[in-house]
Amino acid sequence: MENKEALINYCLRLGDSSLILGQRMAEWCSNGPILEEDIAMTNISLDLFGQSRMLYSYIAELEGGTNEDEIAFRRNEREFFNTLISERPNGHFGDTIARNFLIDAFSFHYYKQLVKSNNEVISAFAEKSLKEVTYHLRHSSEWMIRLGDGTEESKIKIQNALNKVWKYSDDMFDVNDGDKSLIESGIAVNPEEIKEAWNETITSVLKRAKLTRPEDGYFHKGSRNGVHSEYLGHLLTEMQYLQRAYPDAKW
Amino acid sequence: MTLVIVFYDLKIVNCELNIKTNNNMSDLEKFLEKIEENIKIEPKDWMPDDYRKHLQRQMSQHAHSEVIGMQPEGNWVLRAPSLRAKVILLAKIQDEAGHGQYLYSAAETLGKSRSTYINELQTRKAKYSSIFNYPTLTWADMGAVGWLVDGAAIVNQVSLQKTSYGPYSRAMVKICKEESFHQRQGYEIISNMAKGTPEQKQMAQDALDRFWWPSIMMFGPHDADSSRSENAMKWKIKNETNDQLRQKFIDKTIQQAEIIGLTIPDKDLRWNDETNHYDFGEIDWDEFWNVVKGNGPCNDDRIEHHIKAHEDGAWVREAAIAYAEKNG
Ligand SMILES: [Fe+2]
Ligand SMILES: [Fe+2]
Repeated sequence: MENKEALINYCLRLGDSSLILGQRMAEWCSNGPILEEDIAMTNISLDLFGQSRMLYSYIAELEGGTNEDEIAFRRNEREFFNTLISERPNGHFGDTIARNFLIDAFSFHYYKQLVKSNNEVISAFAEKSLKEVTYHLRHSSEWMIRLGDGTEESKIKIQNALNKVWKYSDDMFDVNDGDKSLIESGIAVNPEEIKEAWNETITSVLKRAKLTRPEDGYFHKGSRNGVHSEYLGHLLTEMQYLQRAYPDAKW
Repeated sequence: MTLVIVFYDLKIVNCELNIKTNNNMSDLEKFLEKIEENIKIEPKDWMPDDYRKHLQRQMSQHAHSEVIGMQPEGNWVLRAPSLRAKVILLAKIQDEAGHGQYLYSAAETLGKSRSTYINELQTRKAKYSSIFNYPTLTWADMGAVGWLVDGAAIVNQVSLQKTSYGPYSRAMVKICKEESFHQRQGYEIISNMAKGTPEQKQMAQDALDRFWWPSIMMFGPHDADSSRSENAMKWKIKNETNDQLRQKFIDKTIQQAEIIGLTIPDKDLRWNDETNHYDFGEIDWDEFWNVVKGNGPCNDDRIEHHIKAHEDGAWVREAAIAYAEKNG
């Protein structure tokens, strides 16, 4: 892969993961367990959309002749590179929290390293995003603890949610050949480097939540090469509807 | 020991005497004097029962409107046609959730809890603005809602900044700061569509056609038919009547429609040189009362949606309470 092509693909990985999770979080709008959570989840969603926009604008600059909306709304399922875990459906509140917790812990440690990228745009992106995900991680961790150490029912629900989503977590650590060259040149961060820190965060929060860390078994992968679950297509169908139905319109 | 008890007893007697003398005449007088002099009534102040009840009803209705209003707009968040529009709409809906939150807190100062108010909403004892019982069918409706619905809400809320109840007035000041952005985002959506492709223009006009009359109904019945208006004006909960506020809204909105080349669906609309206002056609009050009574296109859906979210979240709220109790 050419360096520019690899860089674009790498930005898509980060930008798409934020966009897709942002869209999932926006689904909570008016559906939260309390008004305060509607506000908190909307905040998270807004941060994530902001992150994806920053990277899409950069891609548009690199590619020329395109823009953030073309990138978000005119690509097909196989052209998206978001992590598998980000497209998991919201399920109940506990499913969302367990999913987000694994993602937030990853993003937190990943962006912490990515700040050191020798690509200025990516480093600035990481710096801004790190502030945001620090808050996201606090939000999801606090809920892991409350639900884990809340009622009998909440404990069962959150433990099951965690067990179910666990097999999508390792996909976040996957890299493709382009990533490898970017890692070598100091632009990207090797996710393997943060695995230990990620594990520590997970373990310490689960301990406080009185929950059991799921066994590492089979892990689903493929998103780094644009192979997704069936859920992504439906999410895109909804999200891209207007841009696709009225290709000549400006909004 | 005995001395202390006697001392306490005397104090209690004194207190009761004080309350009695106040009740005889001067509580109500003092209250009316404050209203007269535009001094805000605060939660701990004495207030007539009817004043409290009127505010409980009006403020909770206002809070419920903010919250139920999240649904018709949330209906398009996932399908917004650009990332910019998506973020702006989502931020706007988030503001509305925040408004609901301030208003519930302000209404709680009247001695009723948020959960009681919410229960009244879900059992349909409490109302919310009828406008949210209309569906949002196309993206242009996000324009119409921001432009017209928030536009009408602003006229009402600006006036309510002067309301006589302190917590309500302060909530309105805070809310009004955010509202003008809401109207601007809606107007931007509809003007972009009005100057867009023929299909977009048609959607914009259709949205205006559907939302115009319900928007001007938002101000409530004509003054002559509004049973509660009299007390509300006397106590300065309201400082302008339904008809005055409606007229303000119509006068400022007509020009905005002209600028973007859309037609307001009222053939009787014309400038009146004598009154310096626009005359407008007869409002269909049968439709208004029908929707108020629960027969609007979305009344059932809105309440069911609210109940479902509330019930789905019950285990989460219970867990949070249990955790807080265990961990102090
Ligand atoms: Fe509002
Ligand atoms: Fe608003």
